[in-house]
Amino acid sequence: MSKGSHTRTLALLFGFSFLYAPIALLVIYSFNASRLVTVWGGFSTRWYVSLLENDQLIASAWMSLRVAFMSALLATVVGTCAAIALTRFGRFRGRLVFSSMIYAPLVMPEVITGLSLLLLFVALDIPRGFWTVVVAHATLGMCFVAVVVHARLVTLDRSLEEAAMDLGATPGRALMSVTLPLAAPSILAGYGLAFILSIDDLVIASFTSGPGSTTLPMRIYSQVRLGVTPEINAISTLLIAGVALVLVLGLALGLTERRQRA
Amino acid sequence: MSAAPLIALENVTKRYGAVTAVDDVSLEIGAGEFFALLGPSGCGKTSLMRLIAGFETPDAGRILIDGQDMAHMPPHARPVNMMFQSYALFPHMSVARNIGFGLVQAGMPRAMIEARVQELLRLVQLEGLGARRPDQLSGGQKQRVALARALARKPRLVLLDEPLGALDRKLREETQFELMRLQRELGAAFMLVTHDQDEAMVMAQRIGVMQAGRIVQAGTARDIYERPASRFVAGFIGEANIFEGVVERVEAGLCSVRLKSGALVETSCPCASGQSVTIAVRPERMLLELMHDDGAANLAGVLLDSAYRGDRQTAQVRLDDGAIVRVARSGFEAASSPERGAKVSLSFAPQAAWVLPE
Repeated sequence: MSKGSHTRTLALLFGFSFLYAPIALLVIYSFNASRLVTVWGGFSTRWYVSLLENDQLIASAWMSLRVAFMSALLATVVGTCAAIALTRFGRFRGRLVFSSMIYAPLVMPEVITGLSLLLLFVALDIPRGFWTVVVAHATLGMCFVAVVVHARLVTLDRSLEEAAMDLGATPGRALMSVTLPLAAPSILAGYGLAFILSIDDLVIASFTSGPGSTTLPMRIYSQVRLGVTPEINAISTLLIAGVALVLVLGLALGLTERRQRA
Repeated sequence: MSAAPLIALENVTKRYGAVTAVDDVSLEIGAGEFFALLGPSGCGKTSLMRLIAGFETPDAGRILIDGQDMAHMPPHARPVNMMFQSYALFPHMSVARNIGFGLVQAGMPRAMIEARVQELLRLVQLEGLGARRPDQLSGGQKQRVALARALARKPRLVLLDEPLGALDRKLREETQFELMRLQRELGAAFMLVTHDQDEAMVMAQRIGVMQAGRIVQAGTARDIYERPASRFVAGFIGEANIFEGVVERVEAGLCSVRLKSGALVETSCPCASGQSVTIAVRPERMLLELMHDDGAANLAGVLLDSAYRGDRQTAQVRLDDGAIVRVARSGFEAASSPERGAKVSLSFAPQAAWVLPE
């Protein structure tokens, strides 16, 4: 092996340990038998068991899943519509403005998104709870969905849709029977992305949730302020596993799509 | 006009920004006719096809199909089907579903669709491949699926956009004859877009030659080859040697033309005395002879190069005034060929000299 490749391996190791060492530590300590977070007391799964008895944590985990499911669904529908409008309705007035505006929430500080949504809900006198969090997460997630689906639609051969219309399909049927099936992998990937964003989010949820709609990250954050318990490590480990699972599924989807296209 | 044409284009114009892709085109295609639009890339032939299919709307003029104005008729409602250059097969559907797509849109009952798809698979000789996916097919097979799909709805007019462009040469020739057979059997009108003059001449009953958005000549292959309407057509369809000169005298149907080089040639085309003319002569109608030492020929030159191509032999001759002339004769006859650099004389029969109507 050459000297250069050693350096490269080292750099890679350093980079990845920087990324994953803290996470690995958290996972390891979630199997710690000791109550003290920083002292290793042997292997145990007791914190996972005690997790099952912590109704508050379970309830907020369930809340998070429900919010993520619904908001990702909403984000996928709206985001896909936006992507179709931007790629398929020709050069309508202000298309450039719209296509740049769709990216704005991606770079907007979450605090501002959360605050502005809170102001909106208050102004409209909407009681905050499950649905306000869903709507808030959907606004964030739809931009990501739009970006992902847009990228796919741009590369999709227009003559496929033209062929469908030439063969008697109305524009709507051409969309349903050709465009959407071909964009399905990216739409699913967009859903996964929106789902993860919702599960992960703390800031926007804190602004827009009400009593009885505490999400998991909010619960963890409030408990951590009272001190880190091994239970928190355990639930965090589960959260990481869940997110990783969705990511791996998304990756597999992307790979099959690429193979289809080749 | 004896019978009403299937398709009539009336002064159709299409602009993209400052570019006029289709410029005041009028054209009629009869029912059951095999028509080819021939032209170099960028001449507007694909735009013209897309106008007929309904993917573009003309800026001026009318498109009539069966006498009906297509102005507000979307593509899916036109009795026209297109075979795309890229084939545009739906990658997520089986071959059978691709072919049956148009029939499903027409609301045909399922059993009938299956029967019709089987019939079409037989027609294009792809029996047993209905369950395959497009990416499991060879280029030639994809081409057949695309054709079967375009024929499924029994359209009055089938548009073929460079249908053989992606096939290798041998397969292309086989497919040409197969397309002609299918067209005769089905009785539908075919409109072929191509940049390949051979393809157009082999397949089409009538050819429209396009240049810069206009149809500069439309007629049979023989019309276009033997009586080209312009220098462009003469050069685009086959090769042509062009001579410019002035008619000196007209006698018994023969015009004597004094060329710029001073040579005197004859043409049987009708001309008026004193008229400036441009004459086109096909290479295979030029006669090439070795010049003997004493000879002073009309068109004298030096043999630049000759090539044996099996079925014919071609040669380039530089005339004394510097012009390059191409000569061809059948390879079979060309047993003895003059050496490169030999002095040769050229001639042609008056019937071989076509005066371009310019």
